[in-house]
Amino acid sequence: MATLKLMGIAAATGLAAMVAAGSASAGTLDTVKGKGMITCGVSTGVAGFSIADSTGKYTGIDADTCRAYAAAIFGDVNKVKFVPATAQQRFTLLQSGEIDVLTRNTTRTLTREADLGLSFAPVNFYDGQGFMVAKALNVKSAKELKGATVCVQPGTTTELNLADFFRSNKIDFKPVVIEKLDEVENAFFSGRCDAYTTDRSGLASTRISKAPKPDDYVVLPDVISKEPLAPAVRRGDDEWYTVIEWVQYAMLEAEERGITSKNVDDMLKSDDPNVKRLLGVTPGMGKSLHLDEKWAYNAIKLVGNYGETFDRNVGKDSALKLERGVNELWTKGGLMYGMPVR
Amino acid sequence: MSEITVPGVAPKGPIGKAVFWARANLFNSWLNTIITLVIIYGVVRLVPPVIQWAFLDSVWSAPDNSVCRAALGACWAFIGVWYRFILFGRFPYDEQWRPLLVCFIFIALLLMSCDRRFWNSWLMLIWVAGTAVIATLMWGGVLGMTFVETDLWNGLPLTLILAVFGLGFAFPLAILLALGRRSHMPAIRALSVGYIEFIRGVPLITVLFMASVMLPLFLPTGTTINKLLRAEVAFILFSAAYLAEVVRGGLQAVPKGQFEAADALGLSYRQKMQKIVLPQALTIAIPPLVNTFIGAFKDTSLVIVIGLFDLLNTANAALNDPAWRGYYVEAYVMISIIYFVFCFFMSRYSQHLEMSFNKGKRR
Repeated sequence: MATLKLMGIAAATGLAAMVAAGSASAGTLDTVKGKGMITCGVSTGVAGFSIADSTGKYTGIDADTCRAYAAAIFGDVNKVKFVPATAQQRFTLLQSGEIDVLTRNTTRTLTREADLGLSFAPVNFYDGQGFMVAKALNVKSAKELKGATVCVQPGTTTELNLADFFRSNKIDFKPVVIEKLDEVENAFFSGRCDAYTTDRSGLASTRISKAPKPDDYVVLPDVISKEPLAPAVRRGDDEWYTVIEWVQYAMLEAEERGITSKNVDDMLKSDDPNVKRLLGVTPGMGKSLHLDEKWAYNAIKLVGNYGETFDRNVGKDSALKLERGVNELWTKGGLMYGMPVR
Repeated sequence: MSEITVPGVAPKGPIGKAVFWARANLFNSWLNTIITLVIIYGVVRLVPPVIQWAFLDSVWSAPDNSVCRAALGACWAFIGVWYRFILFGRFPYDEQWRPLLVCFIFIALLLMSCDRRFWNSWLMLIWVAGTAVIATLMWGGVLGMTFVETDLWNGLPLTLILAVFGLGFAFPLAILLALGRRSHMPAIRALSVGYIEFIRGVPLITVLFMASVMLPLFLPTGTTINKLLRAEVAFILFSAAYLAEVVRGGLQAVPKGQFEAADALGLSYRQKMQKIVLPQALTIAIPPLVNTFIGAFKDTSLVIVIGLFDLLNTANAALNDPAWRGYYVEAYVMISIIYFVFCFFMSRYSQHLEMSFNKGKRR
């Protein structure tokens, strides 16, 4: 029986070693600095936002947002731990302190802020539900889809938005509800439905990666819902929230001022006081955030400005090839507006 | 081949023998003839297209998706690009020899445990040593291996860790529960019955959800219990309840005379169970036990609900890659081959075990 006992002890120590006790409830920024790494909740795989590549490294605009935080806090993009979260557990992970920030293509809504005790940082991607149709159908707007069959996945707000849109416009339509993404896409491309509806980022990626001939299909200009996707933190930790918020603004500001990861070192010599403040040449900003003065410099140098992360992950240099659209800077007619860093 | 076989006259030549065999076995009644024809029809309709798809029209390697898109058959190039992620997930790419080695150690340990020559007290020590090696390889942090958190233990090693250690701990617990349920002490009996019925009354997904979504809210902020540990414990508790009922079935099949004989010899409860009853009960219960083992092995894929990447979920994650969209069948074929090998081995081994245990009872 001695061996049995030995095995029991070995097992018990093994299990005990796996129980990790986190630190006490200090401010998240101090906790993160103490741990020497930031823990971000990401999706289990949403193309362009957070998805592991074939070597297991997370890529995507949400993953890069998280790396920008690490760059700003530690000056090192590798001090990041990605925790894959399902849609159901993402808020619990944040509430229980298992993750420091949720960067997981999450729509900002009233109830999520008010009831779940979250604070959403500035939006890093404006999405919205749209429609894709075959070009041959010769439809210019979703309002012309009278009597059309529409493919949709069940159980999400997508299905409700679809019904609301057609009802409020008094158009009849036939929904074709299919659970699996692969099957709903196949149904659309095989011609079972006239139109396919989901978030426009999803439509664009489906068109590029699944359509037999992408040019035969078109995403209609109508946007029937608002899906502002934003990082979230626990409510009530203002110091931490401010850091998360301003890293995002800094990346927008960098794009507006023409600072990229490639030219950031040249920009250090710039005479523009805005650039000097942002890059820490004129000190003060970092101190206010309780970060190094090089916080924005590091984020831009190591990750890039907002436009660069967009192009690389979802935009023209990616497989998704999304247009900037409303995610363009405010100076170019979009909604992205970096607050002044001063 | 229209010659009529004369009863009692052996057919000549291999073709003649085959025809004779087919007549005797496949076309010996009108019902069997219909079944045979239907099966032949099915095989003819199904097999050539599958071979066409899997081998003739398939793409075995390609730099990107475009070649696969043009081909009509399977795109094995997708597996070629993603197999390491599917097998090992996010484990650091350069050190994936570690989980690979762990899988081989697991297989070696399991094969060794299957051989009756190793069934002695040394086996325990071998398992302890094996577990220590597995833990060292997975965690690292020593001997120049980088430290790897359990979050990155993905794919096949995770499936094996969940299944092997899950069932390894669940089985003794199940025996205790089964004995408890048949105990004469009311408190222990009530406790066992309550536990078994409660766990059997809820789906595994619910137990995992409780462990991952509810449990953290009860703990003080900042205190976290490792996700893998939570899943493992939930899995042990769940499997134990099911196995307990299987073991109880075995206990009930042991003739009452055996119990009485053991009592008459003056054996203690422990001796009676250990030496007389349990060996017989577990032998009887081998088929349902293996059934439950196989089911539990496949149930490990439910850990996706708490965001763990087992073998099936790494494949699902790979399928989200926009550069390689839509190769579901190829990925699932790969996964099902791996699952099949393990499950088929378990089922064959249980048959072998039954045969060897029943040698004394067969005439």
